[in-house]
Amino acid sequence: MLEVQNLTKDYENKPLLKGVSFEVAKGELVCLLGSSGSGKSTILRIIAGLEEPESGAVLWEGQDLRDVPTHKRGFGLMFQDYALFPHKTIAQNIAFGLQLQGMKEEEISRRVKDSLESIRMQSFADRPVTELSGGEQQRVALARALAPSPKLLMLDEPLGALDHTLRTQLILELRAILHQSQIPVIYVTHDREEAFGLADRLVILHDGVILQQGTPQELFEQPQTAWVAEFLGLGNLVPGVVTQSKPLTIKTAFGELKVDIQPHQFTLGQKCQLLLRPEDALIGTQYSARENHVECLVRDSLFMGEYHQLELLCGETMLFARSQIPAKIGSRLEVSWPAEKIRGFPG
Amino acid sequence: MTKRPALLTLALWLIPLAFLAFFFYQPLVAIFRLVFSERFSQGWELFAWSQVSKPLNFTFLQAFLSTILTLVVGLPAAWLFAKFDFPGRKILRTISLLPFILPTVVVAAAFNTLIGPQGWINQALMALFNLSVPPLKLLNSLPAILLAHVFYNTSIIVRIVSSSWSRLNPRLEHAARLLGATPWQAFTKVTLPLLLPSLLSASLLVFLFDFTSFGVVLMLGGPQFSTIEVEIYNQAMNRFNLPVAGLLSVIQLGITLLVTLLQNRVNTPRYGKAALNPEKSALSRPARRWQKVFVVFMVISLILLFAVPVLSLITRSFVTLEADRGQRGEVMVGFTLRYYRELFQNRSGSIFYVPPIQAIRNSLLYSGVTILIAGLLGILTAYAMARRARFNKFLEPLFMLPLGASAVTLGLGFLLIFNRPPWANSTFPLLIPIAHSLIALPFVVRTMLPAIRSIPESLREASRSLGANPLQVLLKVDLPILLRSLLVSLVFVFTISLGEFGASSFLSNPHAPTIPVAIYRYISQPGALNYGQALAMSSLLLLVCGLGSLLIEKIRLPGEELF
Repeated sequence: MLEVQNLTKDYENKPLLKGVSFEVAKGELVCLLGSSGSGKSTILRIIAGLEEPESGAVLWEGQDLRDVPTHKRGFGLMFQDYALFPHKTIAQNIAFGLQLQGMKEEEISRRVKDSLESIRMQSFADRPVTELSGGEQQRVALARALAPSPKLLMLDEPLGALDHTLRTQLILELRAILHQSQIPVIYVTHDREEAFGLADRLVILHDGVILQQGTPQELFEQPQTAWVAEFLGLGNLVPGVVTQSKPLTIKTAFGELKVDIQPHQFTLGQKCQLLLRPEDALIGTQYSARENHVECLVRDSLFMGEYHQLELLCGETMLFARSQIPAKIGSRLEVSWPAEKIRGFPG
Repeated sequence: MTKRPALLTLALWLIPLAFLAFFFYQPLVAIFRLVFSERFSQGWELFAWSQVSKPLNFTFLQAFLSTILTLVVGLPAAWLFAKFDFPGRKILRTISLLPFILPTVVVAAAFNTLIGPQGWINQALMALFNLSVPPLKLLNSLPAILLAHVFYNTSIIVRIVSSSWSRLNPRLEHAARLLGATPWQAFTKVTLPLLLPSLLSASLLVFLFDFTSFGVVLMLGGPQFSTIEVEIYNQAMNRFNLPVAGLLSVIQLGITLLVTLLQNRVNTPRYGKAALNPEKSALSRPARRWQKVFVVFMVISLILLFAVPVLSLITRSFVTLEADRGQRGEVMVGFTLRYYRELFQNRSGSIFYVPPIQAIRNSLLYSGVTILIAGLLGILTAYAMARRARFNKFLEPLFMLPLGASAVTLGLGFLLIFNRPPWANSTFPLLIPIAHSLIALPFVVRTMLPAIRSIPESLREASRSLGANPLQVLLKVDLPILLRSLLVSLVFVFTISLGEFGASSFLSNPHAPTIPVAIYRYISQPGALNYGQALAMSSLLLLVCGLGSLLIEKIRLPGEELF
């Protein structure tokens, strides 16, 4: 439905977006994930028509929106600071978009009532928005953006200003409301938990370009670059050099590792990064016959509920591993990562 | 500071209170007594209600029209400065803020050189079409008054509205656009309601200044247009009908107070932080075509409005345009320094003749004394207000009242009370500086108070614990921090005193006029030399006040406002 083609945008004479393209399909919830300052909000503002790109286009059902002003695009945007109208009550805020559509008064009040019910704030209708807590403001802002039934809803870090407990609760609420509305959604965040918890598809933005996009599962299982793996917090990243190409062998600070799967072709002597996931670690002497086993010193062992998080020192390198049983701090352990579970990235 | 803070606060209040009681409230009471006790005595026999209603109606009319016109110019200008970045923005903003500090006589003289019978436009038309009399009678008309008021007060709208506009969260307007509002709907439904408090407050302030306008109306309005202020002056100084003058003063004071109260009411921020931009507001270059057209149009209009009268005054003060009476239309145009040279020459003709240099000397002397009095009283008052004492709530309004009383009312009150020895002006030269101090005092307090409040008490406590005695604390902690604000307020006092016309026109000794009074006298006398000298003095006054204003802009802290 929405197509973003090759957007470029400068900010203070430096390129901020260097050719960003992605699509949003009908009813799809796309999470735009990137660190702060990566230009995520700017993409939303360009889609909304609040800013013009240096080049590139925004298409809706194939039609270029270049000459369509913001108010005729019919897109909803929920701002990071919510931007609720402070001179209006909650009900008036929600009614604003409906009034501009020229809807009849009875219809408006019926819709506002429904809307307030869906965010469970019926009794708040006539309160000024300045009296609301952060979470309440967030809900009113969402209700206001959804009320005129936008063709596309964009949310800019909607949970950014809220504390952690409230966030986890609101993610579930948000998911329910968004999926119910059947509206395509672009959700901007820097928080990967939020993104994984909500998204049908993830788009990862870094340094003005999209590094990777795909379902949460695809991204989790097949990160394409070391940056994506690190940003998503998938595990230990270890630098190394290719010493043998068949079987692929990489020399790291704590020894040579055999690697079976890799998305890239490597040449001899090439620098690379290896992803060793904590959950793939095999711990114990029973695995010492396998390849890739290292002897480590246990620096710390933390109880995390379903597993124990071990902080291991292998030579000079710090690695994390998951274990079903606790380890004694200061003791020595044999750990191995199976060759078929290690991913390698150039660079 | 001490163990008995309330007592010290009272001591701080003592001198300013005594000064105000004697020099402000006593004259004010005298005016009230004159009006209410001598109701059936002589002055009232000839009294007709039209003596009050005519100037009152005209005052409301011109103030209303002036305010509307000022908004028409000021709102786009406020938008320009709040949103757009363009080459020369800073200079234009400084220029547009300059008029506020200009003395009324200078503004009146400037417009005289533009549209008056000896002004550029008329002289050019006379030369062009061989006319013997100035064709356009723009002076002494309502448009002349309105134009000067727009020139004066646009700076107030720009200052107040553009600052709150630039602090407004731009995402509120964006949110409205996304909900389907056209740019115009977003403005009227979101931006305008949020700007309303500052817009109303600025408009009421402009209305107040227009309502109490004296020098501009006296010099540009001519005899047929008289506002309450001018009528007070006429009744008191020309017809010697003090009761009517007093009645007008009382009415004037009542209306001014009402408007001031209203202004304070609308000025209170309503939405707290909710409407404010959490980020530093960014100015943008005009991107779209209409924006470029708007910016260019506004820049040209503002230059025309602000620079033309000022340039007209300065250039006209260096040019002779004297037509030889015998040869019609032969105008001698030439550069001359004569008007400036004549300022320093004693060419006494009439008994009332006073060499201009004498007026300059008087004004400088008065300003110096005013700086001393207003500075000292202002600091004492600001320190007293900065302290937490229960009675401050009752004493503070007493000090802001002089702001509401017009200079002319003050002059009238002085005339009533201090008309006999030892106070009479011929024997007591401090009367004018005292009047000027009363007018300048609120400005000093308003500048100093926030600065004093900004000094954390812990700084003083720390220096005391390090062994400083109270005097050393004052000199080594307070003074360095307050120096900037003190300098700002003293420069402001200086320019106020130098340009003050209303009270001075009542109080100045015929033989010892101030600069503005001398300008008024010279400009209303026939002859090119008199006119030229008035312009030369006006230009000098303009220069001094302009420099003062630049100095204030340079040293004042951001966010420090003078009103």
